[in-house]
Amino acid sequence: MTDRTPDGAWLGIDVGSISTKGVITDAEQNILAEDYLWTEGSPINAVKALVARMGDRTDAGRRIAAVGVTGSARRLVGAITDAVIVKNEITAHAVGATARRKDVRTIIEIGGQDSKIILVNNGLVTDYAMNTLCAAGTGAFLSAQAGRLGVAVEDFGAIAVTSARPTPIAARCTVFAESDLVHKAQMGHSKEDIIAGLCKAIVANYLNNVAKGKRIEAPVVFQGGVSKNIGVVRAFEDALGLPVIVDENGHLMGALGAAILAQRTGKEQPFRFSFTDVDFVTRGRNCAGCANACEIVSVYRDGVRIDAWGNRCEKGASVACATLEETGTSA
Amino acid sequence: MKKRRVSFPHLGNYCVPIAYLMRRGLGTDYVTPPPMTKRTLELGARYSPDFSCAPFKLNLGCYIEALEAGADTLIQTGGACRLGYFGELHEQILRDLGYAFDFFDLARASYGKPLTFLGEFKKINPRLSARRVLSTLPIVLKMVECIDAFEDYLRKNVGFETEPGAMDRIHIQYLEAIPSAKSRRDAASITEGFMERMRAVPVRMPARPLRVGVIGDYYTIMDPFSNHRIERALARRGAVVDRWMNISNTLLHNRADAVMDRIRPYVKYNIGATGIYTIDRALACAEAGYDGIVQVKAFGCTPETDAVPILRNIGADYDIPILCFSFDTQVGDEGIDTRIEAFCDMMEMRKEAAVERGIERKGTG
Repeated sequence: MTDRTPDGAWLGIDVGSISTKGVITDAEQNILAEDYLWTEGSPINAVKALVARMGDRTDAGRRIAAVGVTGSARRLVGAITDAVIVKNEITAHAVGATARRKDVRTIIEIGGQDSKIILVNNGLVTDYAMNTLCAAGTGAFLSAQAGRLGVAVEDFGAIAVTSARPTPIAARCTVFAESDLVHKAQMGHSKEDIIAGLCKAIVANYLNNVAKGKRIEAPVVFQGGVSKNIGVVRAFEDALGLPVIVDENGHLMGALGAAILAQRTGKEQPFRFSFTDVDFVTRGRNCAGCANACEIVSVYRDGVRIDAWGNRCEKGASVACATLEETGTSA
Repeated sequence: MKKRRVSFPHLGNYCVPIAYLMRRGLGTDYVTPPPMTKRTLELGARYSPDFSCAPFKLNLGCYIEALEAGADTLIQTGGACRLGYFGELHEQILRDLGYAFDFFDLARASYGKPLTFLGEFKKINPRLSARRVLSTLPIVLKMVECIDAFEDYLRKNVGFETEPGAMDRIHIQYLEAIPSAKSRRDAASITEGFMERMRAVPVRMPARPLRVGVIGDYYTIMDPFSNHRIERALARRGAVVDRWMNISNTLLHNRADAVMDRIRPYVKYNIGATGIYTIDRALACAEAGYDGIVQVKAFGCTPETDAVPILRNIGADYDIPILCFSFDTQVGDEGIDTRIEAFCDMMEMRKEAAVERGIERKGTG
């Protein structure tokens, strides 16, 4: 592993649909600072707030050698933080989780909008799968059902483990699960039994869809927002007959992976915490070149374009304006 | 009598030989449908039964856009799956929408008996010269073979060109030039001229590049709009992309019985349409020590869905990762890109680990 700055540090950021996570690591990949907050539909503001909070808590003299970014807003956040590496969340999570536990064989990851399984052998990813076309069995589904039952989703796990007889809930599809849930509630099943049944349904859905045909071997690590739900953890243990490990820092694995990947590039692209004072603006514009009407998104730093994406062909590149002024809009 | 303006839905770049067949062989005019876009998909999806597959919807969208572009005669072909029923349904939907056109469903002809096509062609142009058709067909088939070979080279090398876009430019010029061929020999020599230019494009090929096999249903795999240009996404990440499925390999040089013999350990009977070829190619890639396999299929494609559990068995037996995609009418590329990037990262890591352990996978190219 390259390490030309023994006193250096690396910043890893994971910007998901629901939450934004960050870690600062040292050369030995120890976590020096970490934080997370809600993305609330604005990745730029979330990252600025996150970085400001972490900057306050870190030794200011410590130099960030480079930034790595992952998560669904990685392209945008990579551009504004001048990251050395922008990585998909599957690779980043695998790198983060295997750094924490070298012997991990299976990583179960259930986030707000997606779920995945990553199989690892000797610290290397050997296979993976991710939910396709459908967000059944993810955090968003649990949140929606919590709302229906009038329970805070954070309390789901604790309530679920009090049930002795989980209500069977159809697990194939979110829509079926929801109608089944309503039906069972109207029949008089207790709330804790229904909640426990939902946790089991999430697990059944995951094992039958995302993990279908994959060999799940111990140690099994469960991460992502849903791993905070003890009801789902227990349901996984019951279904697999294996212990399921939840790291208290499980939600940070993507950010940790991004920091490690930034360190592995061996590149230095220092990051200044003063970035929070810089003005970043994004503008979307539809290309009129053909009926695809690609939406080209440009990001501007102090009025000057630093990156643009969204075009399927070269025609689109000329649609993006070089400066914010040219777009005819102001910050 | 005014010449018919014939059109056929897009499938890769086969509009080039099809236009040639119509113009030179059948003596009709030809309207190439506009390049497929989001609008094609939206139009097709709006007027199709929701549960029909994406190829059905895209074909319908192409017909509508071809009619708007002035086509008055539409053709559909037969096939080994629901495709055989597409024509009747497309015609009915378009009639209900109020378009005026003639529709010829070649599903009645048989690919095994090429002469049966002559009868169908005669319906399109009753005054056609059989001799003309019979002299044109071999040139058309040669063109198909030439284009397939050209694009095979493109897929395997484009990820490594040092000047991005160089090969695509030659490819476009080639497709414009090949219809000027007047004989099989012409088609071959035009192709050779452009192939020379392709081979002259500098490529920086690593000693051990990633090698990926692409498999899937007949339409989705051959149509870059349907598969979200997945071959290009793989190539851009430094992979040699190998796709066997094309018209020459399936219609011209293919023997289903030999395929069945090869895949017998995994499949006892023909599972229909492209299913057995998908399995056969997965097996061939696994045996050749490829780094990974990507399956692309239309959501709901029964033969390809049936192939998935068998692909998993091959993946386990040969320790080769297989990534399966089902495409419907989604247009976002982000999720696909994420999965492709992760897949390439994984293949890269597996390869590095194998090299470290001193296990070189067999095969070189």
